[in-house]
Parts: sequence; C-alpha cells; structure tokens
Amino acid sequence: MLLGRTANGLYWMFRYIERAENMARLIDAGLRMALTKTSDAPEEWSSVLMSAGVKIGYSAKYKEFNASLVSDYLLRDLSNSSSVMSCIETARSNARMVRTALTREAWESVNETWMILKSTLASPIPETDLPRVLDQIKRETAIIRGAFHGTMLRNEIFNFARLGTFIERADNTARILDVKYYVLLPSISYVGTTLDNFQWESILRSVSAHRSYRWVYDVEYNPVNIADYLILNSRMPRSLNFCYSNIVDNLKFLANDYGKRHECHDMSESIMTRLENNEIRTIFDNGLHEFLSDLIYQTNGLGSKIAEAYNFD
Amino acid sequence: MKPFDEMIKTGGQVRPPYEQLQSWLDTQNPERFAQKARDAENVFRKTGITFAVYGDEEAAERLIPFDIIPRIITGNEWRRLSQGIEQRVMALNAFLDDIYHRQEIIRAGRIPRELFTHNDAYLPEMVGFRPPGNVYTHIIGVDIVRTEENQFYVLEDNARTPSGVSYMLENRETMMQLFPELFQQIKVRPVETYPKLLRQSLAAVAPPGCKGTPTIAVLTPGIYNSAYFEHAFLADQMGVELVEGSDLKIENGKVVMRTTEGNRAIDVLYRRVDDSYLDPLTFRRDSALGVAGIMDVYRSGNITIANAPGTGIADDKALYSYMPEIIEFYTGRKAILENVPTHRCSEPDTLKYVLENLAELVVKEVHGSGGYGMLVGPAATKKEREDFALKLKANPKNYIAQPTLALSTTPIMTEKGLAPRHVDLRPFVLVSDRIRITPGGLTRVALKEGSLVVNSSQGGGTKDTWVLDD
Repeated sequence: MLLGRTANGLYWMFRYIERAENMARLIDAGLRMALTKTSDAPEEWSSVLMSAGVKIGYSAKYKEFNASLVSDYLLRDLSNSSSVMSCIETARSNARMVRTALTREAWESVNETWMILKSTLASPIPETDLPRVLDQIKRETAIIRGAFHGTMLRNEIFNFARLGTFIERADNTARILDVKYYVLLPSISYVGTTLDNFQWESILRSVSAHRSYRWVYDVEYNPVNIADYLILNSRMPRSLNFCYSNIVDNLKFLANDYGKRHECHDMSESIMTRLENNEIRTIFDNGLHEFLSDLIYQTNGLGSKIAEAYNFD
Repeated sequence: MKPFDEMIKTGGQVRPPYEQLQSWLDTQNPERFAQKARDAENVFRKTGITFAVYGDEEAAERLIPFDIIPRIITGNEWRRLSQGIEQRVMALNAFLDDIYHRQEIIRAGRIPRELFTHNDAYLPEMVGFRPPGNVYTHIIGVDIVRTEENQFYVLEDNARTPSGVSYMLENRETMMQLFPELFQQIKVRPVETYPKLLRQSLAAVAPPGCKGTPTIAVLTPGIYNSAYFEHAFLADQMGVELVEGSDLKIENGKVVMRTTEGNRAIDVLYRRVDDSYLDPLTFRRDSALGVAGIMDVYRSGNITIANAPGTGIADDKALYSYMPEIIEFYTGRKAILENVPTHRCSEPDTLKYVLENLAELVVKEVHGSGGYGMLVGPAATKKEREDFALKLKANPKNYIAQPTLALSTTPIMTEKGLAPRHVDLRPFVLVSDRIRITPGGLTRVALKEGSLVVNSSQGGGTKDTWVLDD
C-alpha cells in the first residue's frame, strides 16, 4: 500500500528522468544531422522539436531554427516544461515528495544530478561544448538508473517507477518514428541515397541504437529493418515491444500484490498482443503513420487508466 | 565580562569533560581535519539536509552549517537538566488541561485571565475536550541556555511544534561517520533511538477505540515548507506515511488517506501544520494544508492529533513569564530550572523601564518565534533601537523584554583554528504514558564572533551534542 500521491510522484519522477535523457539524445541526433552538408539544417531542427513535442512552444518564441536556439530551448529553457533542466527540476521535486519511498542512494543520485546539471546549465552552452554536456546528461541519468536498480526493493514502489519510465519511453520512441515515418516509407527495391542513409542513422541515433542495430541486422541501414527494430524487436530496450512488455509485467506485479486487476491491465495486454502478433510488413501495408499515431494515443490513454486505477489521477 | 566557556577555563586550562576530546584533537593533523569539515558539508548537501528561509529567494534551500567540534555535557549536569525538564513538561500538560477545563490557576489568582481572552492561540474548540491519554503536548523542545558553570535558564518551551530533531540525529550520524575512533574512546549516550521512541510514544496515545497496531502518519504542509526535510526524515525513520492535506479526507467518521489500494484510516496524526491551517471548517477557511472536518473527528475521539490543537498558548512569551508560578501551582515544588527574568511591557512602569534600558535588553514579540521580529539591544544600532521603541510604544502588550544573557561559549572550528562562539541547547522530550528525554539535543551555535543569535534563519549553525555516559 502506498499513498496515491506517492505513486504519482514515483511515476512522474521517472517519466521526467526518462524525458530528460531522451531530450539529450534528440539534440545529439539533431547535431549529427546538421553536420551533414546534404541536409537542410533548419528543417532538421524543426523535426527535432516536433519529436520532442515542443514545436508549438518554440515557434511562439523564435522564428528561426538553428543549433544554438533549439538546443538552448531543449536544454535550459524553464518556460519549456520538457527542457532537460525543467525535467530535472520536476523529477527532483517529485523525488523530494516521495523521499520516504526511495533508498538513500536513489535519492542522493537524483539530488546530485540536479546540483550538477543546475550548475552545468546555468549559462548558455557554446555549440562546441554541446557534445560534452549531452554526454554528461546521459551519464547522470544513467547513474540515477543504476542507483535505483542497485538498491531499490522490487515492490510496488519499483513498479510505479518503472511504469513511468516505460510509458514515457514508448511515447518517445513512437513519436520519433512518427515524425520521420515518411523517410522510412520504402519504394520497391529502393536503394537509399546518402541523405536517406543519414536520416536513417539519425533515427537510430536518437534512441542510441545505431550500433546495436548492426549487431542484429545488416551493416546496411534499411528502413524496414529500422522500423522492425524500433517497433517489434523484443530485445531492443527502447522498442515499443520492449516498453510494453515491461508495462505489462509491472502491472501484473501490482495486480498480484494488491489482488486486483483493473481496466489498465486489459488495455496494456491488448496493446502487447498487437505488438507480438504483428509483422512489420503488415504495419507498413496498413499504414505506418496510422499505426504509430494510434499507439501514441493509446499509450496516453493507458497512462490515465493507470492513474485512475491506483488513485493518483 | 568574559562569558563562561564550556571547554576552556579563564587560565587556558581545559575543563575535565573536554580533556579526552582535547587530547584527541592534539593528535589530529590540521589539514586532514579541515578536509573532514568539508566532507561533512558535502554529506549534508548531497543528502539534501536543507532548510528554506522565508522571504529569501536566492537561498531557497540552504544548509544549516555544521560544526565538527562536539559540545559536551557531563552525566551529572544532564541529570539535573533532565529533572528540570521533566518537571516543566509535566507542569505544561497539567496547565493546558486546566485552562481548557476548570481554570483553577486563574481562579486561584496566579495568572491573569487576560492572557487568554484576547489570544488567538487559545482555542475555544478545545474547551471541555480531553485528548487521548490526557496529553496535550507530545513533542517538546525546551530551549536552554547556560551562563555559568551551574547556571542554566529555560529560554522557551516550544510546546507547539519544535523542529530540529532531524539535525540532532544527522549530526550524530555524520560525526560517527567522520570520527568513528572518537566514539570508541569516549562513551557518549546514544540519541539514535529517538525515531523508535517517537513512534512508540505516538502509538501509546492512540484513541481508545483503536484496536491493534495504530496507523500513524506525519502531516506536512509539503515540499516547500522550511522543515520539509525533517518531516520526511521522521516519517521515514518511523516507517509511517508522510501525508499532505490533499491525501486526506473524512470517511465514516474517520480521517482516511488515499492510497493505491483505496482509503485507509489514520489513528494518530503527528501534524507539522499550524493550528490555524488544520481544519478549514473550523479555523482558516482558505487553508489547503489541512483536512476539512478533522476537528469533528478529533472531538469525537476517533483520531489523536499530536501536538493537540491549542497547545500553542503555552508558547506565548507573556505566559512564559508566569512559568515559575505555573510550575509551582501544578507540581507543588519550586522550578528546578530557572526562567530568564522577564519584563512584561504591558505593565506601564515596566514599559518605562524597558524603554529607558533598550540598549541592554532583548525585546521579543509575545507571539513571535524563530528570532524574527526581535531586538537585541546591545547589538542594535541607535536607529534600530529608536525604530523599535516606536513599535513598542504603539503596542506594549505585544512585547516582553529580558536582560541580555551572557550565553556560554564552546569552541568551533574556524579557518584560524578553534574559537569560542555562543551556544544554546534544545533537548527533545516525548510525552505519552511516560516522559522520555533524549540525552543531549540540538546545540545551536552563533557562527559570527560575538553574536548571540543562534537561530538557523539568522545564520546560526549546529553541533553534535554529547552527554557523557559517566
């Protein structure tokens, strides 16, 4: 038994930590794309903002799209609730609120991350420093994850935290794919141009999968395989299949613990079934964009149902 | 006159309680020692042991500076102190019971009725109601200062919501981490049992209708409260829920908290929310920090609130001046611990005296706390004193004045080595079916040379406090 507010705090704390990390990856991928002369840099930055889900907020503030404006907006801008600094602030506020549910190590890792990033992100980051700062953000969030995994009891507290992580991650992966779905649409026996290759790599890079992809598939990037990897592969830790299998597992633990199933259980299992019994070809045939936007919608709905079931809506 | 130093005699000789510490200090490498002080600060910052200062935007979260030289109290000194504290705490609870019932003390003419008639801290809602176990003030932090080897004064009783106990515990924890060998050499009485005793104490005053293990919760105003760290710390250490007003509601005549498995009833609520915010139906209507209807549940005997609403009256500084009479009235004996002589500015002759001697006196608001709104005459500028005199004349009832006490000093670690600073002491007392006093308490220290203000909100620090097991 947990306070509803504690479950809420754990869930959102981990959603925001996950989001901070995803923001760093998105900027990283954007930087890489902008370096390739073949691409249209403003167009790339605009699509990074779209993947981050903050295009509207950004456009209300700035007219142009370039590395320094976009990365500042995604890293430091406190008016952007999804910026890395905002995410870390929110994550820490939630951690403070649920302090009694965290081990000392887990709490300290969040608190230290907050202290470190607050000072790193205190002033604008010169473009040449961006790679270092992005690495630092990824490293800090990895430390939080490590402290959490290494010390937390596997009980309901753990389950709510994991639900936050995987709901956020599923949403993120689906959105990255959806923003770029058109570059993945294959023409028959189509050989990618250099630009396509860069685009494909960029998608993989934004989920830190550009190396592991090669271990699983060919050395050559191929849009169908990329989509398969990020949607259906059950071993890729950021794929939709992997996220949902974790969501289903954690919800199952809660159902066993509390002796009660809710609507969110059925809902997550039915989404999982769709991911397990599917072929990437079928998804393409029925429309990749339709599949992804439906999944984003469902994931959102599932989040609400979980909150409802466990009294933190 | 030079203030009493607890470690060093006037001739430079070390007093007996500090001898062992001194010989250990002599073996320390100064550089390593300075490093330890920095380590301590990092520990506090990392664990987030911070407090917020109201009205100070920049320092939204600040550390209370920690000094690594312990303050030492002998077993004998402690025995006398704890007897005095126990007597005082018993008298306070008897007094609270009396003024919400027969008011014998007023009828006997020992204290004036006016102390209550226009006092917001006196709650009519408590009249005629007896809290479970007949305990009003369950958790008390008595502020004590020392001026001579054998002269202690009680400065305040803090019968409402004393804070700082988490610092007492963390200070000890930090000292044991930094200097484990020191605790092998010197026998110090433990303080670590406090959370366990607090839990037992709260459980012992559960409502009579409560069967089985009582469900206890700590009620906090939330993460933006200056003492939030302490609220979370205590809930965690006791293994109970830390709740906010928004988690609670009334269901079937009980206070329940909203959990992932539905609503659960609470039997004992250790609240760190002020009386006026506790129940919007009874007190401040705009309060979002409390629970609507909790006073009805309380008065029907279905929940214990610690400390009881209405205990704040005992913290009134005008009432404080009557503590010697109050102690004698209820215990039949003279107070073991002395009060600081206190001038009530409400009396015209006294007011005249206070105004004429502002430069030597400390003047406090009767309802104030935390060192806010007070004047330390000797440290104030002429202009500050004149401004304060105007406030005083405008509303004399609102103030009391006390002589400036030469608070004792103990050494702190400075960049130039050890240097004496003024200290006070806040021992923590738990009242339920019995009275438990944790040996020692929180030593607050004024870090600025010569300063007498030890409050953390005014730049004070803390020290680990040792009661010797001798």
